[in-house]
Amino acid sequence: MIYHGKHPAGKSKEAEIKRINKELANIRSKFKGDKALDGYSKKKYVCKLLFIFLLGHDIDFGHMEAVNLLSSNRYTEKQIGYLFISVLVNSNSELIRLINNAIKNDLASRNPTFMGLALHCIASVGSREMAEAFAGEIPKVLVAGDTMDSVKQSAALCLLRLYRTSPDLVPMGDWTSRVVHLLNDQHLGVVTAATSLITTLAQKNPEEFKTSVSLAVSRLSRIVTSASTDLQDYTYYFVPAPWLSVKLLRLLQCYPPPEDPAVRGRLTECLETILNKAQEPPKSKKVQHSNAKNAVLFEAISLIIHHDSEPNLLVRACNQLGQFLQHRETNLRYLALESMCTLASSEFSHEAVKTHIETVINALKTERDVSVRQRAVDLLYAMCDRSNAPQIVAEMLSYLETADYSIREEIVLKVAILAEKYAVDYTWYVDTILNLIRIAGDYVSEEVWYRVIQIVINRDDVQGYAAKTVFEALQAPACHENLVKVGGYILGEFGNLIAGDPRSSPLIQFNLLHSKFHLCSVPTRALLLSTYIKFVNLFPEVKPTIQDVLRSDSQLRNADVELQQRAVEYLRLSTVASTDILATVLEEMPPFPERESSILAKLKKKKGPSTVTDLEDTKRERSVDVNGGPEPAPASTSTMSTPSPSADLLGLGAAPPAPAGPPPSSGGGGGLLVDVFSDSASVVAPLAPGSEDNFARFVCKNNGVLFENQLLQIGLKSEFRQNLGRMFIFYGNKTSTQFLNFTPTLICSDELQPNLNLQTKPVDPTVEGGAQVQQVVNIECVSDFTEAPVLNIQFRYGGTFQNVSVQLPITLNKFFQPTEMASQDFFQRWKQLSNPQQEVQNIFKAKHPMDTEVTKAKIIGFGSALLEEVDPNPANFVGAGIIHTKTTQIGCLLRLEPNLQAQMYRLTLRTSKEAVSQRLCELLSAQF
Amino acid sequence: MRLKRLGELCKRREGLEIRFILIQNRAGKTRLAKWYMQFDDDEKQKLIEEVHAVVTVRDAKHTNFVEFRNFKIIYRRYAGLYFCICVDVNDNNLAYLEAIHNFVEVLNEYFHNVCELDLVFNFYKVYTVVDEMFLAGEIRETSQTKVLKQLLMLQSLE
Repeated sequence: MIYHGKHPAGKSKEAEIKRINKELANIRSKFKGDKALDGYSKKKYVCKLLFIFLLGHDIDFGHMEAVNLLSSNRYTEKQIGYLFISVLVNSNSELIRLINNAIKNDLASRNPTFMGLALHCIASVGSREMAEAFAGEIPKVLVAGDTMDSVKQSAALCLLRLYRTSPDLVPMGDWTSRVVHLLNDQHLGVVTAATSLITTLAQKNPEEFKTSVSLAVSRLSRIVTSASTDLQDYTYYFVPAPWLSVKLLRLLQCYPPPEDPAVRGRLTECLETILNKAQEPPKSKKVQHSNAKNAVLFEAISLIIHHDSEPNLLVRACNQLGQFLQHRETNLRYLALESMCTLASSEFSHEAVKTHIETVINALKTERDVSVRQRAVDLLYAMCDRSNAPQIVAEMLSYLETADYSIREEIVLKVAILAEKYAVDYTWYVDTILNLIRIAGDYVSEEVWYRVIQIVINRDDVQGYAAKTVFEALQAPACHENLVKVGGYILGEFGNLIAGDPRSSPLIQFNLLHSKFHLCSVPTRALLLSTYIKFVNLFPEVKPTIQDVLRSDSQLRNADVELQQRAVEYLRLSTVASTDILATVLEEMPPFPERESSILAKLKKKKGPSTVTDLEDTKRERSVDVNGGPEPAPASTSTMSTPSPSADLLGLGAAPPAPAGPPPSSGGGGGLLVDVFSDSASVVAPLAPGSEDNFARFVCKNNGVLFENQLLQIGLKSEFRQNLGRMFIFYGNKTSTQFLNFTPTLICSDELQPNLNLQTKPVDPTVEGGAQVQQVVNIECVSDFTEAPVLNIQFRYGGTFQNVSVQLPITLNKFFQPTEMASQDFFQRWKQLSNPQQEVQNIFKAKHPMDTEVTKAKIIGFGSALLEEVDPNPANFVGAGIIHTKTTQIGCLLRLEPNLQAQMYRLTLRTSKEAVSQRLCELLSAQF
Repeated sequence: MRLKRLGELCKRREGLEIRFILIQNRAGKTRLAKWYMQFDDDEKQKLIEEVHAVVTVRDAKHTNFVEFRNFKIIYRRYAGLYFCICVDVNDNNLAYLEAIHNFVEVLNEYFHNVCELDLVFNFYKVYTVVDEMFLAGEIRETSQTKVLKQLLMLQSLE
């Protein structure tokens, strides 16, 4: 033992670092000392270095000493040397040469222990240099008659590693046929290692390794028919060689069912035996026994599904999995759902799988582990066909209301696909999609709502119903923006179909849509403007009303170029064009060309190609009408003739930013472990890592995800008007377990308090698993301020106390009102604010690509007006606005000068108050 | 960026293999890390933290499997230690779950009732045990008798 009596870590981090630095200095001096170190000391210090490295400290010396150890004749010294090399690989070319030299000597030593160490080192490092040096040598070691079994095992896997990293360097040759015969080796350890190698080689070179099939079958047969004690060492809890069986079954999955009837018959017998054993009473109550047995069973079922040729075996497999669906072990229920999913795509077992629908639906409702529920969703999707689609879609929809955030988007996609694919009655399809938007609007991606529009446009039997339904859905006081988009589009095309009913007269339709207008984002407003111009054509009686709207300052002089341009052009169009021209230009959209569904494409992208395609290919034969899906192709089909934005009349091709996107993947948030282990209530946690970045993202926007970790997601939606604001904070419990004592607290520092008024009500202290609670914060800006308030959240999850703090993005610029002004006004005011205290300037390097459009969007998002044609240099950006506080109003002018060549910006802020200039400059600088 | 790289590697190779083995305690201290893919030090640290975050929030009612990026983690908890193996999504869950147990039984026998400190102070021996049982991301030897015999032989050389 080397570390006798030494503690791995000191009392505190500092003490540990101090102790380690002392030790490192000591070791360094030993290595540098005049006296040559003996092997033992060298080993001792190299080992210490390794230990220090494994504690998490950097090591930048000792490599040479480690390499020296490789040539020692003592096992312990060699071992530490090799371990150091394996753990701290360094592609220092000089050393690699020395290392390879030492390995070469050990491989040639005929000492099995040394050969083993050398092979393990190659297998761990597996670099290209090593492949170049040894790829030719190792096959010889592997098949040599006198090589020890344990060396053969290592050589086989070492070769596998080199083949994976550098397949081009591993020469195929006579050794390959001899490797296949290792499947017959007496030593099961050799067979175990060789099977892995052969499987990988066979995947790439199936022809050359074809003979492995019959050898694998006979080996497998000998194992599964052996009595439970026959294999002695290789029997694990009464199961004969479970891992080897699994590997052999995997090898067989590289090939189609054997052609030779004898081999095929023998394999079928093996598979039947494995299925039979599953029905026998267990030989042990231990979980190890059942796990090992079932590992083999599941692999056998995979092979049965892979062959997909024996109806009898497929149905038996399905029945076996059906039993597992109700097993008390969660692991088995999970695996059964997963495995059944692939069975559902086989012609032979599809019907058998369908009989388990009730159990699967029940799993969706009762399973505690979200990953199990996820598998249940997958299976329902896989077993869905025309006969059970209404039931499955209904169940998925109702599950969606409580589903975990992490899987909502995927469920939405699946429901959308199933509803479309198995719609006999398109009114059902329209209802389903509108329900989707109602229940999970945030998770309905563009593809989904594009798709419903395509289908409605392509099928005239459903257009009237769709118009009526969206009209009714829009009556809800709060409806999701996606519904406004769908509603806007559909009423613009087919509103005339319901206009005969006085309850949905043209004016009522228009007023209904326009009542939502101001709450919507820019892309949706753009879409609604197009709806309005379509109304002008459909309903001449509302033309004056619509022209009034288009003419209003908020449209014609809108800060957003797209909206402004649409308003200007549509207003002009409605004034100058004759009825005939209007009717031609604003004609109903032509049908979309039939193409692959864009939703399906999206799901494939999400899930990786294999799972979905298989399913689709087999299903296509069964379903009568797939209703092959068009993709949005508005640009080419529009008949409008005005310039740029008109090309996509309804903004479908404009690629607007995704509306309230789904939460980022779990890898996203840096703050995964926010104080999971501290258990001291009432102490406010330090700000979560990544909080600053997140904060900065909200300076120019109001909605999005503020924080996310494994347990909790915090979303924000906010609106500001003059010196007042309102923020909706959404706390989502991502787990399936309750949060208790859930207490969010808003903290304003003493400095901030007099300047910013925040009011909110406490939220319910219990947040159910999968639930979302909302908190409204009313905000009043009393006077200008610099700091941001902190949101602290404390709760109990399971047995642990959770404490999270994030900065709440309420910043001074939120109280901006944009001011439009002409060039001369601007410069006049600019000169008035020439006092040195009024100006703050910052010159900084661009942190993001310097894109003009993005910059414009950011300045507008920041809240000021973007003034075009003011600055004599068109590359510069100029903005103006007024900060509203309760006590005063502060006029602000800004100028941003990009220097593309230097990748720098100069930002200048002039306001009547120094602190305001200072703060705005800070906030805005961080955005570029 | 890292995510993408992992994804590419996953696609490029169809072979199934262990990507890494980790032993961590409840507080997140790593007691063993064996990597079968090239990662740089920052990536390793990030993976270690993510695995810990993913695994420790799960309880006994959960499965022993958890999806992890493009892979899955098969894990088992022994007292305060989590033994985690990262494999491809379509690999055999139960086979790796029992491979963990087989490994733990060997450690237990070798160290005579293994405890966390044994793994700390004898890290270099633990690596030897791992290499005997898993190599190049594959299961190398499953017989406890054979592994222990080899380990005792090596011990005698010390």
